[in-house]
Amino acid sequence: MISHAIFFYIFSIIAIISAIMVTVSKNTVHSVFFLILDFISISCLFIMIGAEFLGMIMLIVYVGAVAVLFLFVVMMLNVAQQKNQWFVSKENSSHIPVGLIISAIIFFELIIVIGGWKYKPELFKANSSQVTTEVSNTHSLGQILYTDYIHIFQISGMILLIAMIGAIVLTFRKREGVKTQSYLKQISRERSEGVEVIEVPSNRGVKIDD
Amino acid sequence: MDQLNLIFNEVYKILFLLIPVLVSVAMIVWLDRRVWAFVQKRQGPNVVGPFGLLQSLADALKYIFKEIIIPASSNKIIFILAPIITMTLALIAWAVIPFGEDQVLANINVGILYIFAVSSLGVYGIIMGGWASNSKYPFLGAIRSAAQMVSYEVSIGIIIINVLLCVGSLNLSDIVMAQQNMWFIIPLFPMFVIFFISSLAETNRPPFDLPEAEAELVAGYQTEYSGMMYAMFWLGEYANILLMCALGSILFLGGWLSPIDLYPFNIIPGVFWLIFKILFLFILFALVKAVVPRYRYDQLMRLGWKLFLPFSLSYVILTASYLFYFNLLPTI
Repeated sequence: MISHAIFFYIFSIIAIISAIMVTVSKNTVHSVFFLILDFISISCLFIMIGAEFLGMIMLIVYVGAVAVLFLFVVMMLNVAQQKNQWFVSKENSSHIPVGLIISAIIFFELIIVIGGWKYKPELFKANSSQVTTEVSNTHSLGQILYTDYIHIFQISGMILLIAMIGAIVLTFRKREGVKTQSYLKQISRERSEGVEVIEVPSNRGVKIDD
Repeated sequence: MDQLNLIFNEVYKILFLLIPVLVSVAMIVWLDRRVWAFVQKRQGPNVVGPFGLLQSLADALKYIFKEIIIPASSNKIIFILAPIITMTLALIAWAVIPFGEDQVLANINVGILYIFAVSSLGVYGIIMGGWASNSKYPFLGAIRSAAQMVSYEVSIGIIIINVLLCVGSLNLSDIVMAQQNMWFIIPLFPMFVIFFISSLAETNRPPFDLPEAEAELVAGYQTEYSGMMYAMFWLGEYANILLMCALGSILFLGGWLSPIDLYPFNIIPGVFWLIFKILFLFILFALVKAVVPRYRYDQLMRLGWKLFLPFSLSYVILTASYLFYFNLLPTI
């Protein structure tokens, strides 16, 4: 039991420190790396409480896909050169109140949820499904998701699909003068169109241009 | 004292797994070069030791004694971390590979997800190395690699869903045991082909070795690396290739099961069958390297997103409807 506690504290300390470093570090690429470390240690915490499916999905989706794209964008923007301007210039200080308001809202929401869970636990018991230990948590998650919550599950899938299509529509544009290749055209080329065998008379040669 | 014994026991088990894996990585490099040479009617490495078997050891010695050069304008911490991450991730995934009934280091319930997660983390070694080098070619290689791995992971995930539909469990041992009557390569043959091609792309093997295409990008993300750090990238890469071969044989070729459950075959221990299958898949990998020219970048992306993804998605629907119609869906 004591080793469990030791691991819990190691992972949670890493998670908290890296979460702080995400906002504090001045190099944007470093912040993304700290974000990744944060995701990894949180998924370790998930695995420690027995939610191994959630932990693995967290690794696959957030670390394996979302953070890669984050890193991709941040590295492309070349933010490393403009890192100091952001903190020095006076113009950008108008962002700070907005950030403070948003973080205050998130903080109060968390307090409401955690406070309610702490002092009125019966409110949460009524809605939550019973956890059984006989089946693995992948099975029990699937059973709840595809029976009781099937409509919500399907609707969230539709929302994600619409978001995906929307993102594609917004960024997709037809540009003029772009040379694209048609695979059908490339494959259906015949030998007779590409190569011509010419009998070359000696000492006179041939004109290839015509 | 009991806890200490337990820890030592685990360490022995881990070493018993890791040392054979590392040795076989060295051997597999030799095999790769021999097969490649054989197809092209060359000799390949045949000087060091019998049949050139010790070539990889000689190479490793050379790498160890070479100087490690760290570029002045690189981001030093990340530059050093990158090969370490690549190698570590390539090795920790072996923890869940079952070599026989109950012959597995960690028999976890979500084994296949664990391998999938670790292999999707593998891209970070490459991105970090490419970015920290602070140079054009490594950066281009890293960007290419990120895009390539993310696109092929999607189709590998959907192929795995196909297998999981037939098994009903995420445990790798359960996946092998579900193939006792019929290996999954028979009903899911198109998925096996796509899995093989996707794993070529996932491990940056030719014809999808665009992150290190030597004609365009010098050596891609490895350009600035030298000595032992380069060798670690290289070891990690081959350990990943072996891992993908092992995953392919577990998912489709019945893992440690013998092909025929009859007298002369079933006395051979399961470990050897798994090794045979891994070697078979690896020789296919090496043959592909020798015979297929490199893909262009847009062709690679088209293959992943426009051909493999729709095809494997429709195969999921086909598999699910078949299992549902004939009432073959696995029960818990």
